[in-house]
Amino acid sequence: MAEFQTHEHDVIVIGAGGAGLRAAIEASSAGVSVGLICKSLLGKAHTVMAEGGMAAAMANVDDRDSWKVHFADTMRGGQYLNNWRMAELHAQQAPDRVRELEAWGAVFDRTKDGKILQRNFGGHRYPRLAHVGDRTGLEMIRTLQDHGIHQGITVYMEHTVAGLLKDGNRVSGAIGYDREKGVLRVFRAKAVVLATGGVGRAFKITSNSWEYTGDGHSLAYEAGADLVDMEFVQFHPTGMVWPPSVRGILVTEGVRGEGGVLRNKDGKRFMFDDIPDNYKPQTADNPEEGWRYTQGDKSARRPPELLTRDHVARCINREVKAGRGSPHGGVFLDIAWIKEKISNAPEHIKKLPSMYHQFKQLADLDITTTPMEVGPTTHYIMGGVKVDGETQMSTVPGLFAAGEVAGGLHGANRLGGNSLSDLLVFGKLAGEHAAKYAKANGAGQVHQDQVDAAAKALLAPFERGANAESPYKVQYDLQDNMQALVGIVRKEDEMLKALDVIEGLKKRAGTVGVAGNREYNPGWHTAFDLGNLLTCAEAIARAAVARKESRGGHFREDFPNKDEKGFGTFNHVIRKGPDGKMQLVQVPLTPMPQHLKDAIEQEKK
Amino acid sequence: MSKATFSVWRGDKSGGKLVDYTTEVSEGMVVLDAVHQIQAESANDMAVRWNCKAGKCGSCSAEINGMPKLMCMTRLNTLDLSKPVTIEPMRAFPSIRDLVTDVSWNFRVKKTIKKFKPRKPDAPDGTWRVQNEDIERPQEMRKCIECFLCQDVCHVLRDHQKHEEFIGPRFLVYTAALEMNPIDDDDRVDDLKFKHNIGFCNITKCCTKVCPEHITITDNAIIPLKERVVDRHYDPLKKLLKVFGPK
Ligand SMILES: Cc1cc2nc3c(=O)[nH]c(=O)nc-3n(C[C@H](O)[C@H](O)[C@H](O)COP(=O)(O)OP(=O)(O)OC[C@H]3O[C@@H](n4cnc5c(N)ncnc54)[C@H](O)[C@@H]3O)c2cc1C
Ligand code: SF4
Ligand code: SF4
Ligand code: FES
Repeated sequence: MAEFQTHEHDVIVIGAGGAGLRAAIEASSAGVSVGLICKSLLGKAHTVMAEGGMAAAMANVDDRDSWKVHFADTMRGGQYLNNWRMAELHAQQAPDRVRELEAWGAVFDRTKDGKILQRNFGGHRYPRLAHVGDRTGLEMIRTLQDHGIHQGITVYMEHTVAGLLKDGNRVSGAIGYDREKGVLRVFRAKAVVLATGGVGRAFKITSNSWEYTGDGHSLAYEAGADLVDMEFVQFHPTGMVWPPSVRGILVTEGVRGEGGVLRNKDGKRFMFDDIPDNYKPQTADNPEEGWRYTQGDKSARRPPELLTRDHVARCINREVKAGRGSPHGGVFLDIAWIKEKISNAPEHIKKLPSMYHQFKQLADLDITTTPMEVGPTTHYIMGGVKVDGETQMSTVPGLFAAGEVAGGLHGANRLGGNSLSDLLVFGKLAGEHAAKYAKANGAGQVHQDQVDAAAKALLAPFERGANAESPYKVQYDLQDNMQALVGIVRKEDEMLKALDVIEGLKKRAGTVGVAGNREYNPGWHTAFDLGNLLTCAEAIARAAVARKESRGGHFREDFPNKDEKGFGTFNHVIRKGPDGKMQLVQVPLTPMPQHLKDAIEQEKK
Repeated sequence: MSKATFSVWRGDKSGGKLVDYTTEVSEGMVVLDAVHQIQAESANDMAVRWNCKAGKCGSCSAEINGMPKLMCMTRLNTLDLSKPVTIEPMRAFPSIRDLVTDVSWNFRVKKTIKKFKPRKPDAPDGTWRVQNEDIERPQEMRKCIECFLCQDVCHVLRDHQKHEEFIGPRFLVYTAALEMNPIDDDDRVDDLKFKHNIGFCNITKCCTKVCPEHITITDNAIIPLKERVVDRHYDPLKKLLKVFGPK
């Protein structure tokens, strides 16, 4: 039997990005003891990379904005598969969460009259994103981190959680290991909050870091929780495409918000050719109007470059496939052109300092003079742990989820900026309700057989040793498979093939071995990640095969249209069946109350 | 395609050595790509920290050919590949394994600095009114990605090992951001002098030179803080009192 150390908390929060930090802060201020566990150092989670901003209808820049408009935008972006209660709470509470961040020390960019400045972003009707240049995520994570360290939270940095422990139906803790020494640890807890982020590493081209291996999705699944909307993966239209080693790194939508335009190799602004009907009334039909919009002209409509991400990504894909792309298989994103319009263009562009440096340093390219080459990159997963809209509790009692790992808020497609606000709003709610649950329910039992089984599985790659298959190879094969067969444009036969490949990879994952010892051993970590990646990949592919229509982030070449009467009426839920196999069921949408329907109708005009 | 050799420090706190690895290099590669390639090809267990691969998280700090840098932002075409490129961990911090060091001291130091304390809001809805000009400086300081490269080069820490007394450039930047925040209401000047020993810094500017975020650490953070300390503790009247007062 393996050795392990035991720790005890009322609430443990797994993940220290925006959602996890906000949850931990809330739970600890409710007076319970909190353990916060994360794979990286504190302050390095994915949230740090967010650029453009966080959406909140504060109406600081355009007083026509309100939570109802934000709600309607979010639902339309999500093509009405969203959990409407989450979308409602999110739109209502985001402004307070942003202001609270300022009261904790965040320093946002300002309007002329000294309020928090808000910028335009795709799919948002009014300028709505509170931001700090193009490093909003850094500001957010640092503010939460610096506030949180004075709250008496115990932080376990560089620790990986490998399994959840259960007592009957409810959770009773988690097991994991510290990455530095490889010591196995058992965390007893009355409630557990998952805030582990997404799963972009299942794909080859992604804006996501190594942490994004879908751990939380998989932990919840193994613990018997439902996952929802897993077919919906967001491909961001603008990732870097050159040089090869930076392929996938994000180019913020803020570039387009500040006046950047997309062109094909013939210099044509192709986005004007394909504006979906439901967005026509709000989209500019000529470049001049689009430009005025980006410069704050309230009578102008937004340029088509700021249509939803799924649509822009597909248009880029189409240009490239039709041979109208840029030299390295992307299209051109041009912000340098604005010098035709304004005299201080370079200064204006340097409002996006990280983008400027990113291209200068990584691609030898000056964005104030030269167009960038961009193409779609796997960015975000809308699907995730199915939660109750009010409390963020999953279908497993005592297990909560918030942030990217949770599903529901974004439906079939997330609007830019709606994630950072999601983290704050639902991080807070999850922390609050986890603390409540802990107080009301006390501790469950930790069962030794579960601990032993988890420990055995964790240590197995060492027993197989260095001569067994390399975990990296299996990971690369999975990434190639998902990229090619379950990517931005999907087809039945290809996805069925992908599922076959996944079956094979599962077997190989069970045979990988690693060299060395347990101290800071990335080979071992990769071996462990494989199981999570494969579970998520299978869930994505299964749900995508089953959804025989195109909607939001999910585009089927064989079913290019939306099917409102059929697939538009339910979500796909994935769970582990009694036979241990993955099960998929259809769950009808719950009817929306009249006042929310009215809010949506109002905005359709 | 061509090949290049990288001498990577392998070891732990009990000691270690540079080990040579030769691998293919291609256009646009950064040092972190080379490390990953080596890891996947021939050293599965080589320890390295990274997250964003875009210079945003400050995880991948190392000493490349002796220069403190982010591995993800150092392109191979800026290095001389005709001889082996050395990649070593930050030397001012204890080794954990290979390129990974124990930077936990930094997290402890931060806790000793008084946290942000907002002044009374300006508007009835509990919000503040602040002009962009007034936040340029704190925003510059808040660009910090906590890579700790400045801590790595500061001789007070690296050579004189004053970790118990001196908070280092990173946390002077952090304190400056708080002190210059127009919404903050607390006072950290006495702490700077007596607890955090800003006086140890003799303005060599080594920290500013290595900052990947181009924060002008010395001129915009440390010197203004030093001035505040001087204004308070050495103003002319007090000086007079010191000269003529009882010894
Ligand atoms: C480049 C980029 C730019 C973006 N820009 C924006 C933007 O402008 N606006 C916006 O709204 N959204 C943006 N997003 C999306 C947004 O940043 C993310 O969706 C969001 O930050 C996710 O936050 P989170 O708290 O859910 O998870 P994260 O911040 O990713 O944190 C996950 C945490 O979980 C931990 N973890 C994971 N697995 C385990 C495990 N097994 N054991 C222990 N810990 C674990 C990790 O270590 C980490 O601490 C962007 C994303 C990217 C990649
Ligand atoms: S300027 Fe001061 S803080 Fe910076 S490296 Fe020199 S002594 Fe250290
Ligand atoms: S001040 Fe600069 S060098 Fe120092 S930790 Fe911050 S980003 Fe790194
Ligand atoms: S990996 Fe984030 S700074 Fe290098």
